[in-house]
Amino acid sequence: MTKLIIILLSAVFINNYILTRFLGICPFLGVSKKLDSATGMSLAVIFVMLIATAVTWPIQMFLLVPSKLGYLQTIVFILVIAALVQLVEIVLKRYIPSLHKSLGVYLPLITTNCAILGVTILNIDEGYTFIESMVNSLGSGLGFMLAMIMFSGVRSKLEGADIPKSFKGLPITLVAASITSLSFMGFGGVIENLFK
Amino acid sequence: MTKLENFSKGIIKENPVLVLVLGTCPTLATSTNVMSALGMGAAATVVLLCSNIVISALRKVIPDKVRIPCFIVLIAGFVTMVQMLVKAFAPALDQALGIYLPLIVVNCIILGRAEMFAQKNSVIDSAIDGLGMGAGFTLTLVMMGTIREVFGSGSWLGYPIPVLSDNNISILTMAPGGFFVFGLLIALVNKLSENKPKKHTGCAGCPSAGLCKMKKEVSADD
Repeated sequence: MTKLIIILLSAVFINNYILTRFLGICPFLGVSKKLDSATGMSLAVIFVMLIATAVTWPIQMFLLVPSKLGYLQTIVFILVIAALVQLVEIVLKRYIPSLHKSLGVYLPLITTNCAILGVTILNIDEGYTFIESMVNSLGSGLGFMLAMIMFSGVRSKLEGADIPKSFKGLPITLVAASITSLSFMGFGGVIENLFK
Repeated sequence: MTKLENFSKGIIKENPVLVLVLGTCPTLATSTNVMSALGMGAAATVVLLCSNIVISALRKVIPDKVRIPCFIVLIAGFVTMVQMLVKAFAPALDQALGIYLPLIVVNCIILGRAEMFAQKNSVIDSAIDGLGMGAGFTLTLVMMGTIREVFGSGSWLGYPIPVLSDNNISILTMAPGGFFVFGLLIALVNKLSENKPKKHTGCAGCPSAGLCKMKKEVSADD
């Protein structure tokens, strides 16, 4: 149980996907302008991360490894994720239209989001069990959400700031991201020591 | 557009990282030192070249509606090949790039060039475009790698630099440094291209543009 809590907390704070691993930077820069789109995107990412892990982990362990096809991992995973995203969109549209309305626009963008493929491959690389993988995916998704929501607050403050012309737009956003990332470095080592 | 222009636009005018702002994740993650920046650039260039050639050769065969999945499968195939080659011949590089090597699949530059260029142009032009874009990507990565390695760990390509190696700013090799250096570089590009008419890249540069329903919202913002 302790191990699961450590995995969860380190995925959220220490190995934060956006701020320390640099996965999913595009949505981070693209849709963190407003709080509601940042929340919507993060919820969609958490949702797809969990489903993708639940599907790709068994595929790797029970299909690819026994038949010695481990090298097909990249192709199979990206295809499974792409198909899954489409499927989720169709199911949501048919059965939960309200959820589809709020998450729908973000779903197609998620196929090419490296955070999703990243988390599925990392789960295998780290040698996590199924439960640990699911916890890690949840933690990574929550970490993504934390960074997105925090950063949308930072960006709304940036809007009124008087900055040099060449820094307007993307550059100042990146510099702000750098400072946010710096604050996350403070979590390094904290979580392991909590459970000593 | 001449062949030379086609090649050089990837390096300066339409630099994939600094002007089109594609492929930010590998740029930030693998530019901690010059060696891994070079490795990442080379791997991505090979994939980009191969995928551009094959996609443009198959452009009349692939049905428009299923083109994105087709492109992704082709790209994933090439990435797997590169991954196996690197594992076999450069295991140290494989260690350094780690997760970012298989993640070339979702590198927006590759899918972006397939969408924007290879599916509309001849094989030779697409190959040149792929090489140019790959060179632009590699050069930008090496530039960032140089800044971060020289000032962050006081060496270049592993060779120590006399004065700097005693006074390194190690934060530059860590995550915040990546964001910071990248932000400064883009600001520099903005400054240099201040007087030139700004070309609107926005959604047109995004590989997901065809699938995306947020287009109106985003372009209204800009």
